[in-house]
Amino acid sequence: MSDSQLDLTQIRARLANQEGPDYWRSLDQLADTEEFQVFLQREFPRQAAPMEAGLERRDFLKLLGASMALAGLSACARPPLAHEKIVPYVKQPDQITPGKPLFFATAVTYGGYAEGVLAESHQGRPTKLEGNPDHPASLGATAAVTQAQVLSLYDPDRSQAYANGGTASTWEDASAALAGALAALPNGEGFALLTENVTSPTLASQIEEFLGKYPAARWYQYDPLHPDNAVAGARLAFGTDATAVHDLSKAAVVVALDADFMNSGPARLADARAFADARRIRRSTDTMNRLYQFETSPSNSASLADHRVALKPSDVAALAAALAAALGVQAPNATRPAAVSNELFDALVADLKANQGTSVVIAGEDQPPVVHALAHAMNQALGNVGKTVNYLQPAAARPAVHRDELTALVAGMNDGTVKALVVFDANPVYTAPASLDFASALAKVPFTARLGLYPDETAAAVDWTIPQAHFLETWSDARAFDGTVTIQQPLILPFYNGKSAHEVMAALNGNATAAGYDIVRNYWKANVTGSFDDFWRESVYRGTVAGSRAAAANVTAGAVTAALPTAAPIELKLVLDASLLDGRFANNGWLQELPKAFSNLTWDNAALVGPATAEELKLETGDMVKLSSNGRDLEAPVWVQPGHAPGAVTLALGYGRTHAGKVGSGVGVNGYLLLDHTVSGAAAATVTKTGAQYELASTQMHHSLEGTGERRYIVRSGTLAEFKEAPEHPHFVHPVAHHEADLYPNYEYKGYKWGMVIDQTVCTGCNACVVACQSENNIPIVGKAQVSKGREMHWIRVDNYYSGSIDAPEFFHQPMPCQQCEKAPCEPVCPVGATVHDSEGLNVMVYNRCVGTRYCSNNCPYKVRRFNWLQYAELATDATEMSLANNPDVSVRSRGVMEKCTYCTQRIATARIDASNEDRKIRDGEVVTACQAACPTQAIVFGDLNDTGSRVAGVKASPLNYWMLEELQTFPRTTYLAKVKNPNPALLNSEGRG
Amino acid sequence: MAVTARKPKAPFRETNRVIRPGETYGGIDDAILTPVLANVDKTPAWWWIGFTISAAVLVVYLVSVVKLITTGIGIFGNNIPVAWGMPIINFVWWIGIGHAGTLISAALLLFRQPWRTTVNRFAEAMTIFAVVCAGLYPILHLGRPWVFYWLVPYPNTMGLWPQFRSPLDWDLFAIGTYFTISVVFWFIGLIPDLATLRDRSKTKFQQFTYGILSLGWNGSTKAWQRYQRAYLLLAALSFPLVLSVHSTIAMDFAVAQLPGWNNTIMPPYFVAGAVFAGFAMVLILAVPLRKALKFEHLITLRHLDNAAKLMLATGMIVVYGYFIEIFTAWYSGVEFERYMIWNRMFGDHAIFFWALIFCNFVAIQPLWFRQIRQSPWALFIIAIIVSIGMWLERFVIFVVSLTKDFLPSSWADYVSTVWDWSLFIGSLGLFSTLFFLFIRLLPSIATAETKETAFHDQHHGSDAFERARMEYFNAEEPA
Repeated sequence: MSDSQLDLTQIRARLANQEGPDYWRSLDQLADTEEFQVFLQREFPRQAAPMEAGLERRDFLKLLGASMALAGLSACARPPLAHEKIVPYVKQPDQITPGKPLFFATAVTYGGYAEGVLAESHQGRPTKLEGNPDHPASLGATAAVTQAQVLSLYDPDRSQAYANGGTASTWEDASAALAGALAALPNGEGFALLTENVTSPTLASQIEEFLGKYPAARWYQYDPLHPDNAVAGARLAFGTDATAVHDLSKAAVVVALDADFMNSGPARLADARAFADARRIRRSTDTMNRLYQFETSPSNSASLADHRVALKPSDVAALAAALAAALGVQAPNATRPAAVSNELFDALVADLKANQGTSVVIAGEDQPPVVHALAHAMNQALGNVGKTVNYLQPAAARPAVHRDELTALVAGMNDGTVKALVVFDANPVYTAPASLDFASALAKVPFTARLGLYPDETAAAVDWTIPQAHFLETWSDARAFDGTVTIQQPLILPFYNGKSAHEVMAALNGNATAAGYDIVRNYWKANVTGSFDDFWRESVYRGTVAGSRAAAANVTAGAVTAALPTAAPIELKLVLDASLLDGRFANNGWLQELPKAFSNLTWDNAALVGPATAEELKLETGDMVKLSSNGRDLEAPVWVQPGHAPGAVTLALGYGRTHAGKVGSGVGVNGYLLLDHTVSGAAAATVTKTGAQYELASTQMHHSLEGTGERRYIVRSGTLAEFKEAPEHPHFVHPVAHHEADLYPNYEYKGYKWGMVIDQTVCTGCNACVVACQSENNIPIVGKAQVSKGREMHWIRVDNYYSGSIDAPEFFHQPMPCQQCEKAPCEPVCPVGATVHDSEGLNVMVYNRCVGTRYCSNNCPYKVRRFNWLQYAELATDATEMSLANNPDVSVRSRGVMEKCTYCTQRIATARIDASNEDRKIRDGEVVTACQAACPTQAIVFGDLNDTGSRVAGVKASPLNYWMLEELQTFPRTTYLAKVKNPNPALLNSEGRG
Repeated sequence: MAVTARKPKAPFRETNRVIRPGETYGGIDDAILTPVLANVDKTPAWWWIGFTISAAVLVVYLVSVVKLITTGIGIFGNNIPVAWGMPIINFVWWIGIGHAGTLISAALLLFRQPWRTTVNRFAEAMTIFAVVCAGLYPILHLGRPWVFYWLVPYPNTMGLWPQFRSPLDWDLFAIGTYFTISVVFWFIGLIPDLATLRDRSKTKFQQFTYGILSLGWNGSTKAWQRYQRAYLLLAALSFPLVLSVHSTIAMDFAVAQLPGWNNTIMPPYFVAGAVFAGFAMVLILAVPLRKALKFEHLITLRHLDNAAKLMLATGMIVVYGYFIEIFTAWYSGVEFERYMIWNRMFGDHAIFFWALIFCNFVAIQPLWFRQIRQSPWALFIIAIIVSIGMWLERFVIFVVSLTKDFLPSSWADYVSTVWDWSLFIGSLGLFSTLFFLFIRLLPSIATAETKETAFHDQHHGSDAFERARMEYFNAEEPA
C-alpha cells in the first residue's frame, strides 16, 4: 500500500491525540486531505457524495458522526459473507412484532441509588427510557440526566478494549493478572478495593465474600454523588446511621436550607411529585403548601418558593441554628443573618409552630453535617417524625462518609501499605479533592486495575483497564433511596465485550467465567423463600422487589453541639452540575447542550456570583476570574446570576475534564482543583479579576420580564389570596382585555382534538422535558459555536424569567413547545404548504415538502420552530452507532428543513392503530407525550379536548388557564395555568405580594 | 466660438428641449454607436479596468454560491429568531433598484415625457440586471435551493400545488413577470438600434450577430408603426409593475404579524422606497457613464435634475413612512409595537436607525436647491448615500424587528458573516459585469428615440435655436 493511502490505524492515530475544539478542527483538516478522500472513496463510496455532505463538517454533531464512522468501523466486520448462510425467521420470535417497541423494567443509578426506568426497545435496540411508575424513586417520571443515558450507551468513546498499560489485552489476561496480584498478597494484605457507593445486595454479598476470604484486604468507597453530609449529619444527630425520607404530600410548610430537594439527591423525583401534589391548584378552594427557601444560588426548587432569601452558605447554617433555637432545640449560638428580616423570621417560626406534624425542614447536601443535625432536631421538635419525616435503615450496603474513606485510602497508598488497588466505576484521579493529590498517590501503588465505562483520567493512570458494560447491557441490582431493590436487566449484549462489577468481583473471588445473570440470580436464589421463579419473573417484570423497602430506624436526635461553619468574606460553594453531575456525563452531548436552569448556559460551567458581589468586584458576565481557595487557584469565567447570594461564589463540578472523550474533554473548568477533603461545606475563597474575557454560550439572552418597555404578560402569576378574591376570573390571569373575534368560522373537529396544558405553579424548570423530547424526536445537538449563534434545536425549551429586584427576584420557568395554534400564523405563509393543519388540530410539519424559506419561523410569535441550518443530523449514508439511539418512528431531518414539536404525533399514531385494532376510541391517558411522561411534577397534561371527561379538558376548565399572547388570536392548543404562589398572609405587602 | 460674457442668472431654463441643441441624426448615431462597433483593440482602457475588476468580484459571487449550496445556509449569520438576514435585505435592495428603470421606460413614456429617451435604455438594463441579482437571492437563501421549483404551480403526479395564500409564492410570480416583461420591453426597444448597428457594421461577425438580433428590421413605415404600437402596449403592461412588484414584496412583511412588519403602509412605502433607491442608482450609473462615453450632450443636466427631483419626492414619501410607522406604533397602544420602535431608535442597533435617518432624510435635503441638482458629482455622492440608506432601511425593518419580538426569551442578536458579505459584494460584481458588457456591446442610449428629439429648437425658429445654444454652453459644467 502506497504512502498516500491511509488506513484506519493511521486515522485513529492522527485523531487520538486531539481533543475538544482542537479535535474537530483536526478532523476537518484530515477530512480535507487527499489521502482521506482516497480512503473514503475506497471504503465508503457513497460517503464521497457530490454534495460533500460528509466532508463539510464545521459543526459539532457532524463531526461526532465522523468520529463514530471511524470508531465504529471495527464493529462493522459482520457482513453476511457468501459462505455464511443467513436464515430468516420461520416462526416469528415471541414478543417481537416488527415496528412495535417493547418496554423492560430496569433502573439507572446515581450515587448508587436506583431510579426505576422502563427502557423502550425497538427490535432489541434500546432507544428511550421512561420512568417506572411502580418504582418509589421514579413514580413514572425521569430526571433530565436519565433521559440522556441512551446516548451514553451508544457513545463510541466508551472504553472498548482491555489493556495493560498501553498494550491491548484480553479478559483472560486481565483476570489472571488480578488473581496474580491477589495471590502475591497473603490474606489480601495491602489489597484494596475502591468502589462507588454500593447499594447492590449482590455486589455487597460478593464483597463480603471477598473480605471473608481475604480478611486483610480493605474496601473503600468514594462517590462524589454520595450524600456525605447527610450521612455525617445523621450520625451527628442520632449517633447511628439513618436515612430521612420525606413525605412532602403531607407537609403544609416546607423549609429548605440550601436544599434543592426536587432536583438533586436520590429522592428528588419522589419529593418533587409529593411536593407538587400538595401544591397543585385548579380552583381557589384547593389547598396549597408553602415553601420557605434559604439558599445561596437559585435552585429549581426555589422557583416554587413562596419566600426565598439568598444567603451565603455560612449564613444558611447560622439561620438554621437561629431557627432551631426559636423552635426550642438546643443549638449552637448563632446570630440570625441580617438578610432574613424580623418579620419573615417571626412569621416562619409561627407558621412552623402552627403546623406541627405537617411541616418539614430539609437540609441540603451542600450544607455541613451540623445543619443536617439541626434539621433532624427541628423536625423532631415540630413533631414531624413519623408524619412528614420517616427514618429508615440506610440503603447503602455500608454507609460511610466517603471523603474520609478516600482520605484513608490515599494515606495508605502514600505510605505503601496499599500494594494493589482495584477501582470499580469511580474516577478518583479526576474527582478526588485536589488536596489529596490522588494521581501521585496512585503512582506509588505497584498494581492498579480499573473497571470503567470510559477511558478516563483514572483509566489513563492505572496498569490494567477493563471495559465496563453499560447498565443497559448488564444484570445487576440496586436499591432506591428507601431501600427498594430493582433487579436491573440488560436490553442488549455488551457492545465492547465489557464486564460488569459483579463479573470482576467474581473473578476476584476465583471465578473468572461467571456470568452476571447467574451471579445475580444465585444471590437472590439464596435469599428468597418460596417459588424463586415466580419471584424472579415478578421482580424483573415489575422493576421492584416486593417488600424490599428498608426497615424503619428508631432514632432520636440529641442536642446539637457541633460548631457552625465559620463565615468568610467570600465563600466558595462547589456543587454537582445539574447535567453532568460529578463529570461522569461530560461526554454526553445532550447533557452538554442542555441549557442550565436560570442561566440557560450550555457547554460550559461558570463561577456564579450575585449582582452585589459582581458590582463590588466590578465583574461582568464573561470576565475571567482567578478563584483561590485553600492555597489553590483556578481561573473560571463569571456568570452574574440574579438572586445569587452576596459574598459567595458557586461553581459547578464536572467540567474541565482531560479524558472525557471527544465531546467532553476540555469543556469548562475543573472545580475539583479547588476542592479540599477537609471541608464539608463551603470554603473561604478569594476572587480576582484577571482581565481576560471568555465567551459563554447561552440559549437565552434576556431573562427579565420588565425592562423591556411595558410589562409583557407572558408569565402570569398571582397569589392564592388574589385567586380567592376573584375565584372565577382572577385578574392576574387576564391582565389585558381579550376578545375572541375572527372573520372566518371555526373548523369543527369531529374526531379528536388534541390539546395540552402546562401548569406553571408546579414547574421547577428541571429540563427533563427537554431531553425527553430530544431523545424521542431524534433532535440533533449542534455544538457550542452554533448555540452561540442562536441555532440550538430543542423542540421544547424552558424559558427562564426574572421579575422584581435583581438581588431577590422572583423566578419563572415556562416550558415552551409548539403552541399548536388553531389559527397558526406559520401555515398561511409557507409557499409550498409544508406546514399544515390536520383534522385533529395538530399543526403538522411535512419535512419532505419543506424548501426552507423560514417564513414560518419569522411569523411564529413563540419562536418555537427550529431550522437545520447545516447538516446537523447524521446522514443515512454515514449511519453510525449513534444513529442506533434514534427513534425509528420519527424522521431524521436533513439540512435545510424546518422542524418543530409535533405533540409526539408518532405516539398519537401508535395509539390510533391500537385503538382501531380494538375498534374503540383512544382512551384518555393513552397518548402521553415524551415531555409529559418525563415531568417529575406532572406539570404537563395532554389529551383530547373533545372528550369532556379527559384530564386535560378538566385542567383547562380551571380559571387559571390562559393562552400565551392571546391578543394575537392564534388560539393555541397549548395553554398555561397561571403561576399561583402562597405567601404567608402575615407577610403580604401592600401590593398583596409576598 | 465667441460666447457672451453675460452669464444667465439661472443656469438652466425649463423648455421642452431634451438634448443639446444642434444635434443631427448622423451625429447622434456616431456618438452612440461608434464605441459599440469599435474593434476590440479600440476598447478604452477604463472599460478594461472596470470590466476586469467586475469580473473578479463576480468570481467571489460564484465561489460564495458554490460554498452556499454545498455547505448550507448555515454559513450565513441567520438564526432563530432572525431567520431572514442579509440575503433578504439584499434581495429587496436589488429589486427596489430595478424600479426606476421601469418607471422611466414605461411610466414616463405613457406620460409623454420625452426627456426619458436618452436615459431609458441603460435604466432598463439596470432594471434587468438588478432583477437578476435580486431574483437569485430568494432561491439561494432557501434551505434546499434545488427544490425552488416547488413554488411554481405546475401539474405534477403528487397533485400538489403551491400555497397560494403565501406572499412568497406571489413574490415568485411578481419577480418572474417583472423579469420577463422587462426583458421583452427592453429588447423590443432595441430592435431599431440593432438594425442601425447591423447596417453600420464593418465585420461579418457583427453583421451576422446584429442582423439576427434585429429580427429583419427594414425601417419601413409599417415596421415603424407596428413597432410603436407594440412598444406602447408593452409600456402599458409594464407600468402597473412599478406599483405591483414591490407591493407584493412588501406583503411578505405586511402579512406577517411581527411587530415592525405588520403594517398596512408597507406596500406604498416600499414602492416609494424602490423608486427612491432606483433613481439613486440611475444617478450612480449616469454620472460616470455620460462622462466616460462623452454623452454629456445627450444625457444633459436636465436629466440629472429631473432624476434628482424624483428622488427628492419619493424620498420624502419614504420619510413620511418612517414617521407614520412611529406614529402607528404609539397610537396602537400595543406594548410590542411600541417596544419595537423604541428598540429601533434606542436599542442595540440604534446606530443603524439614525444612520438611516441621516442617509434617507438629512442627506437628500440639499436637493431642494437647483445648484445641487445640477451638480453631477454632488448628485453622485448623494445617490450613494441614499443607496446605503435604503440598505440600512431594510436592515432596520427586517432584521432589527426580528431580533426582538414577542417573547424576550427568544431574543437574539444577529451577526453577519464573511459569506453574507461575499455574496452581497459578489452580486455587485455580477451587476457591474453585466453592465460593462452591456455598454460595450449594445447602444446604451436609445438612438432611434433620441433622434426624435433632435432639431427640437428648429421647430421654434432659428432665433430661438441660437439663443438656446448660447445658453446651453454657458450652463455647461466645467470640464
